[in-house]
Amino acid sequence: MRRAFCDGLTQQAQRNDFVFLTGDLGYAALETLREAMGSRFLNAGVAEQNLVGVSAGLAKAGLRPWIYSIAPFLYARPFEQIRNDLCLHRLPVVVVGNGGGYGYGVMGATHHAIEDYGVLLTLSGMTVQIPAFDRDLESLLPQLFEATGPVYLRLGLGEQPDNVQPPDYQPWRKLMAGSAGTLIAVGPLAGGYWRDLVALDPSQRPSLWCLSTLPIGALPEELVAELRQTRKLVIAEEHVAQGSAGHSIMVQMLRSGLGGVSVDHVTAVGYPSGTYGSQRFHRKECGLDSASIRGRFTEGEQR
Amino acid sequence: MVESDVSMSRSSESTRRGARLRLLQMHYESCVGHIGGNLSCLDVLLELFHERMCSGDQFVLSKGHAAGALYITLWSKGLISEAHLSTFHRDGTLLSGHPPASGVPGVTFATGSLGHGLSLAAGLALSSRWLGSPETVYCLTSDGEWNEGSMWEALIFATHQDLNNLVVIMDQNGLQGFGSTQDVADLSPLAEKFRSFGLTVLEVDGHADNILPAPNEIPDHRGPLIVLAKTVKGKGVSFMENRMEWHYLPLKSEQYAQARLELEQ
Repeated sequence: MRRAFCDGLTQQAQRNDFVFLTGDLGYAALETLREAMGSRFLNAGVAEQNLVGVSAGLAKAGLRPWIYSIAPFLYARPFEQIRNDLCLHRLPVVVVGNGGGYGYGVMGATHHAIEDYGVLLTLSGMTVQIPAFDRDLESLLPQLFEATGPVYLRLGLGEQPDNVQPPDYQPWRKLMAGSAGTLIAVGPLAGGYWRDLVALDPSQRPSLWCLSTLPIGALPEELVAELRQTRKLVIAEEHVAQGSAGHSIMVQMLRSGLGGVSVDHVTAVGYPSGTYGSQRFHRKECGLDSASIRGRFTEGEQR
Repeated sequence: MVESDVSMSRSSESTRRGARLRLLQMHYESCVGHIGGNLSCLDVLLELFHERMCSGDQFVLSKGHAAGALYITLWSKGLISEAHLSTFHRDGTLLSGHPPASGVPGVTFATGSLGHGLSLAAGLALSSRWLGSPETVYCLTSDGEWNEGSMWEALIFATHQDLNNLVVIMDQNGLQGFGSTQDVADLSPLAEKFRSFGLTVLEVDGHADNILPAPNEIPDHRGPLIVLAKTVKGKGVSFMENRMEWHYLPLKSEQYAQARLELEQ
């Protein structure tokens, strides 16, 4: 997704209010953007607190700053700067965290971002965008220049199945029909499930929804209607349960009077075996891999 | 916010005295502490706003606990009304104990957690590179605040980016939250540390008749200009001067009366 991110932003490079600051990351990824932006691309060094504070000053002056780093370095280390300098002032800075969830895999736990949007959504005025597919960035990035407050953009690995075209970027998208239940996946997880479940007979697979924007408001009417029919929901997200999208969805279900729906919430659970591996490894350990998710529907009656 | 009905023309001795008295009254009536660090930087703020800052210049109060001194200075400039000043630190006020995020002209950022202001000021200063505006950005820091690593992050950045439209003023009153700056985390020799970055450092008396250089008197410099203003915590009130407890204590009625007497003499 980084390449699509770089390509998409490079198309915006001529905006004279656009400044891009990196926390010394972007090797073999952002060179094209750097070249296109000239002096408005700044390497602010390994100093994330300052990176956020400077971006607030730039935004206060009327510029449109984007700041970039590996996700945990950008939401955890300078959390107070995000809280005070960006959110209290509702400044339109785009905070770009690369490698959401277990994206940095065997690089280790310090590089994982499994509580990022939960933490950030506690802050007033913060919006989170979690694109699922590379092509999402084409339409999403220009939209973010119109944001009226801070945005956290969680980048991951886009997994688009062959021979299908995802709907245009939206907070909620229905990707696949199915009658075995309803599956809501947050961000890039949706692509993998789509790829791995689409070949099943519709009667054997769940319908698949992709959620990309947080916080959520009321659930889409089509989703509510569907849940009244299927009465079985699995929510999957590469994020811990606390502060999760799943909890917000369940609140909205209660507000919608959706009773009698069985809800299975599959989340990041840290490092249950105490060992480390690829993103695929960690997803499997958490039951977030496609086979485990499919099992939630086929074995649902036994749970 | 309604503009003030009181506007003082310059940071004369009478202005300073009037501002001190009003600051003490405000803190006394609201039963609020933080007086010592407000009195230490008040002269700097008055001179800055009345005599140094030009149209378009910006100010960031990094030592947010000196909000009272900033409010009084803005009041003396006619930017905060007497009526608003009387709401200080009370329910429903815009004038909270540390500067608010919006609603008060002359307050650019909500500050109060130390170590934020210099990065914010650096961002404002850096913006002029692309927006073409020639403003000077002034940032007032405390001295204890330089315990924060983020201050040094900001200094490295501002120096490397050669932000010579940034003036960093340190209110060097020598006392921080729970001890003297020397005892807690001694940074002396401070001027030499800044100079080792290749920066120009001015060491001034923060209560002199003329504290800060006029814009045309600022020496050529690369990167931010550092002004170390030697000040006295609790300046002007004998029982507060150089006393750490006046970082916290509100005034009792007899103390307020004595302080007024001293300042009016």
